[in-house]
Amino acid sequence: MNNNNHSLLHIEDLVLHFRTQKGLVQAVDGVSFDLGQKEAMVVLGESGCGKTSLAKAILRLLPRNVGTYSGKVYLDGVEIMGMGDEEFRKNVRWAKISMVPQAAMNSLNPVLKVGEQVAEPLMVHAGMRKESAINEAKRMFQHVGVPLNFINRYAFELSGGMRQRVAIAMSLVTAPRLIILDEPTSALDVLTQANIFNVLKRIKHELEVGFILITHDIATSSELADSVAVMYAGQIVERSDAHRFFTAPLHPYSQMLMASVPRLREDKEPEFITGQPPSLLDLPTGCRFASRCPYRFEKCDQDPPLFKKDKRFVKCWLHS
Amino acid sequence: MLANSEMEKNQEVLSVDSKKIARNGALLSVQELRIWFELRRWGFGHAGYVKAVDGVTFDLHEKEAIAIVGESGCGKSSLMRAILGLHMPTKGDVVFQGKKVSQLSGRELRAYRSNVGYVQQDPYGALAPFMDVSRILSEPLIVNGVKSKVEREQRIRKVMEEVKLFPVDDFLRKYPHMLSGGQQQRVVIARSLVLEPKLIVADEPVSMLDASVRVEILKLLRNLQEIHNLAVIYITHDLSTVRYFSERIFVMYAGKLVETALVSDMLKNPLHPYTHALLAGTSDPDAKNAETFKEVPPGEPPSLITPPPGCRFHPRCPHFIEGLCEVEEPPDFELEPQHFTKCWLYK
Repeated sequence: MNNNNHSLLHIEDLVLHFRTQKGLVQAVDGVSFDLGQKEAMVVLGESGCGKTSLAKAILRLLPRNVGTYSGKVYLDGVEIMGMGDEEFRKNVRWAKISMVPQAAMNSLNPVLKVGEQVAEPLMVHAGMRKESAINEAKRMFQHVGVPLNFINRYAFELSGGMRQRVAIAMSLVTAPRLIILDEPTSALDVLTQANIFNVLKRIKHELEVGFILITHDIATSSELADSVAVMYAGQIVERSDAHRFFTAPLHPYSQMLMASVPRLREDKEPEFITGQPPSLLDLPTGCRFASRCPYRFEKCDQDPPLFKKDKRFVKCWLHS
Repeated sequence: MLANSEMEKNQEVLSVDSKKIARNGALLSVQELRIWFELRRWGFGHAGYVKAVDGVTFDLHEKEAIAIVGESGCGKSSLMRAILGLHMPTKGDVVFQGKKVSQLSGRELRAYRSNVGYVQQDPYGALAPFMDVSRILSEPLIVNGVKSKVEREQRIRKVMEEVKLFPVDDFLRKYPHMLSGGQQQRVVIARSLVLEPKLIVADEPVSMLDASVRVEILKLLRNLQEIHNLAVIYITHDLSTVRYFSERIFVMYAGKLVETALVSDMLKNPLHPYTHALLAGTSDPDAKNAETFKEVPPGEPPSLITPPPGCRFHPRCPHFIEGLCEVEEPPDFELEPQHFTKCWLYK
């Protein structure tokens, strides 16, 4: 995993713990992965498994109750965890890595025209004048398929799908190297969802940009994925290319996750995963999935490492 | 189970034949229902109507599960509220067991509501945060005059076991914020069942839940439906869950039912261009999806204040027939038994 010359993002042992009254919440607990140039990676997992915290840890968008925050993050070979906050804000956040947060379409500023909002990051980060920033915003509107005359409208005048496109345009406008999308379509209708994924696919073909797509919707995630990372209880339990993952996942949790997806075109009764994920406050020693795993055996009392198997990684003793 | 659905099919055929004569036999019958909301200007002036539901007709039989599928803003929630007796129809009627819901007196309406359970979309929003589970579940019983505390307790325990909130004693004293999303939704389902209704209206019951819990809740609902012989109206925008849940499916677009069919027929042979678009827009997990673009009809659903003339889908339709689609509204065409569509392609 050390070829960080070629990879867009290389993460080593990223840890993000939160302090709470009840104890330490181990939201991200030793995550390592590589993301290639122009690669779109999907992070799958149940709610509360630390997907969003992972995104926030990469972007250093931290709340005040951070306990431990450590690890190494290389962007294009440059270590960014050691940067000072001001340097990070100026040179990385939104300049190199941008994010479309969850429910972004509902967090647009209601008193600013959407065009100005899309232009704003350029004025702040690139010091651009307003007119040229607005022109750039127009170019982004074309990329995401928002009619140009919407530039002077306010957020409430736009439909949900259009607002989501504006949020995506906002993340694209600084020409970042990597975009993190947190549940970009979960509140949208089927056809709007399909439209947004068409937009993302087009961006992927046209621009030099990598994607991290965070979602729990496995079916739609396959629309964009080159590769998949499955998260469980703060850790990545499987990392694989999309083709092999969607046909034959390795980790028992991924297999059960795939089996729980209702399918439109196949006659397969979906199965649900019994039990609940462990609390991030009080994690079991050994494999964190063991209590829900049908293939459990003695070795599972010890924490499995990430085993490598034909360029895929899986954190399970079955594949040792 | 198989015999059951056979029976329902037969019933269905009967009802279609007798549709024009009488509407007996159906548990719930929605007849030419229109729900229009008046728009006002300056307090008194009239400024038109939002035609949320515009001429919807269907019958629902006992023990039958139907799904209503449509995008947000197509009127499915207004239709649901009219069925629950929360909106007065502008025209047409909702008839439950032979009685018009709009003409029920206060007491009759209460009795009606105890016959119709409601499963809300957002379980956390639907549960009062200051009530524990036992109070949440006893409230409907108190309102409907179950005076004996012992009986209330028994019924609550029974319904909690049915929705699998084990161990019951632990959950009775819990408040909604102490429960996970799936458990909250179980409480909502328990509350809708505690009065032993004949019909359950479930408004996107799983859309706020995690993917892995969704299937569990849907299977639970399906199970309860079979045990209690419930009729269920399942409102959703997610086509992939429909086939596991209901026998018939209604596709709604801009206030109208554009296609109604048995779920299997609909999946095998979708007719209306809008249904085609919905099916094409729904993905199955497959890495090949990433290689192609989806075909999505251009534009957005029309305004319900001034819907397009003729067929309401015509501005977005790939098979638009000039001189017909934008002029005259298509009636229901029956292509297979029980498979209706409002589209001129099938005249």
